[in-house]
Amino acid sequence: MTKKRKNLLKQIVMYTILFIMTIVIFYPLLWTFGISLNPGNNLYGANMIPENWSFTHYKWLFTDPQSMYLTWYKNTLIVAAFSSFFSVVFVTLTAYAFSRYRFIGRKYGLYAFLILQMFPVLMAMVAIYILLNTIGLLDSLWGLVLVYVGGSIPMNAFLVKGYFDTIPRELDESAKMDGAGHFRIFFTIMIPLAKPIIAVVALFNFMAPFMDFILPRIVLRSPENFTLALGLYNMVNDQFANTFTRFAAGSILIAVPIAIVFLFLQRYLISGLMSGSTKG
Amino acid sequence: MKKNPKLAAALSILPGLGQLYNKRYAKAGGLFILFISFFAVFYNFLNIGFWGLFTLGEIPRVDDSRILLAQGIISLLVVVIAITFYIANIIDAYKDAKLINNGDFRTMLQRFRDAWDKSFPYAIVAPGLFLLIFLVVFPLLYMFFLAFTNYNLYNAPPRNVLDYVGFENFKALIEVDIWRNTFFSVFTWTIVWTLVATTLQIALALLLAIIVNHPLIKFKRLIRTILILPWAVPAFVTILIFSALFNNQFGAINNDILQPLFGLSIPWLSDPFWAKVALIMIQTWLGFPFVFALFTGVLQSISDDWYEAADMDGASGWQKFTGITFPHIMFATAPLLIMQYAGNFNNFNIIYLFNAGGPAIREQNAGGTDILISWVYKLTFETQNYNMAAAISIIIGLIVASVAAFQFSRTRAVQEEGEI
Repeated sequence: MTKKRKNLLKQIVMYTILFIMTIVIFYPLLWTFGISLNPGNNLYGANMIPENWSFTHYKWLFTDPQSMYLTWYKNTLIVAAFSSFFSVVFVTLTAYAFSRYRFIGRKYGLYAFLILQMFPVLMAMVAIYILLNTIGLLDSLWGLVLVYVGGSIPMNAFLVKGYFDTIPRELDESAKMDGAGHFRIFFTIMIPLAKPIIAVVALFNFMAPFMDFILPRIVLRSPENFTLALGLYNMVNDQFANTFTRFAAGSILIAVPIAIVFLFLQRYLISGLMSGSTKG
Repeated sequence: MKKNPKLAAALSILPGLGQLYNKRYAKAGGLFILFISFFAVFYNFLNIGFWGLFTLGEIPRVDDSRILLAQGIISLLVVVIAITFYIANIIDAYKDAKLINNGDFRTMLQRFRDAWDKSFPYAIVAPGLFLLIFLVVFPLLYMFFLAFTNYNLYNAPPRNVLDYVGFENFKALIEVDIWRNTFFSVFTWTIVWTLVATTLQIALALLLAIIVNHPLIKFKRLIRTILILPWAVPAFVTILIFSALFNNQFGAINNDILQPLFGLSIPWLSDPFWAKVALIMIQTWLGFPFVFALFTGVLQSISDDWYEAADMDGASGWQKFTGITFPHIMFATAPLLIMQYAGNFNNFNIIYLFNAGGPAIREQNAGGTDILISWVYKLTFETQNYNMAAAISIIIGLIVASVAAFQFSRTRAVQEEGEI
């Protein structure tokens, strides 16, 4: 067999594998989109390629008085905006201290972060429930924000610290010589130079409430406080087959924007994770 | 005037007194007020807290053991924080006295500025640390204490008061038939699930990363974007969709693919074995893109010199893979791959959303596909076996912690090469 034919054979095999993967990836996604265009509510009669397609379900979600989709959207946006903002504040401050200062407990603090980020929040659900209940934040969006911000600190502080470490120390030392204070260095040197990673932290914390359903399920009780993920989950869970087409429409509306943002951002996340993990 | 540092430290047993001896009047006053107000504010809280922590309450319907336990743990945390400050106060008096002996000519303003410089990192870590303690550490401690109580559906506050039962719950896991059977089967499935699903994810990612990186493949950027897509779509949406696709009666996988092509229909949701197979396939679908993205990054960073040198020596493709590519990838990504295993070990979402851990199995109180963490969820929110749930959580915690310890030893080895 000549080298050329061998290469051709290799190429065919590789493209075939990639082609199969593409089908496997797209099939469930396109199926969902197809289902969401079926006019009926029922999954039994629904087809991936509907005979008479329509946008009824999309319209229903936005206009029907029974639909709480917009309320859920608003709730999710509130939770997302606040938890993203507060996470960035706490995370950057913590990371700044860990990256630029030597203080007692620094080393063990770093190890504690490493361990804590491995424990699932779920393990603590009973206590979180009781804690929020005692301080009166159960069934409130603020309680949810609080839990998200607290949970985001270990992992993200690690990421941002890794990035801060790559900013040359000479910069802030010369600023210190010129008489800049701690906060001045933080706001005029560190923050502007670390914009990419801060954007990533902000956006990932913004997206988390759109994707998480289990914490809202523990914290929120009344439907008017639901976030999108929880609302949609209940939609399928209550009467599975009967509202599935509607659920499909609702999911497409969340999945598309999130996927687009994500595809743009994943490079930064990967490089952040890699530098964080090798530097420890 | 010479100061005796040891005397200053000893005097600081009453906060402020040592500083008074050092003639740091403002600091002394501040510390003393802080000390007094700490007791004024917290005395009652701590008193009840510690009483609650030890007794868990005495009178049913009056004492709510859950609240008392929470208050007790918070008291414990408050005391730990207070002791830290207290020790800092003693050390501070000692150091101040030493400084004065060596001749301290700083003005009060300078001293104040130095103190601000020194305490700055603590000040900016404090808010995050505070949140972390109350939202992560406190709940974990709470779970820990619950594991040693008898809190379940039949013995629940405020109707009853809880008692500590020592290691009874852990014993029950081994000695009581239904618990032992369930624990054994859930535990083995959790291990199998973690190893098989994660390894498949990694293997598929490796294969695809190498293919896409191959010089014979064109449209690399487009293909990469497609392959990352499953990661970009929110997982809870895709899992719910898969759960519909795999549905026994009207799922598209049975009706549109298996039935017309092979004339068979598989009980994906009602048979434990097939449910497990489906879960592993779905997790592979969901999880490979992240690893793929990692591997692609590493592959692009391996210098061509390595491969050219290997070509000169007449190495085969397989030799190049085992000698160059594979070691490079593993070295760069090992910590993150370990995290993947740890993540799947506690991958509650997929188990719960796909089939709620079902199908149900006779003679055990967890479903056929339940892993430890989803079993804990069921025990907590469905059958209210809080004590057992907490005990199992501790076992999960021990496993996670040992994986973390393993991580440590690795990262520490890396750290020695450079400053962290």
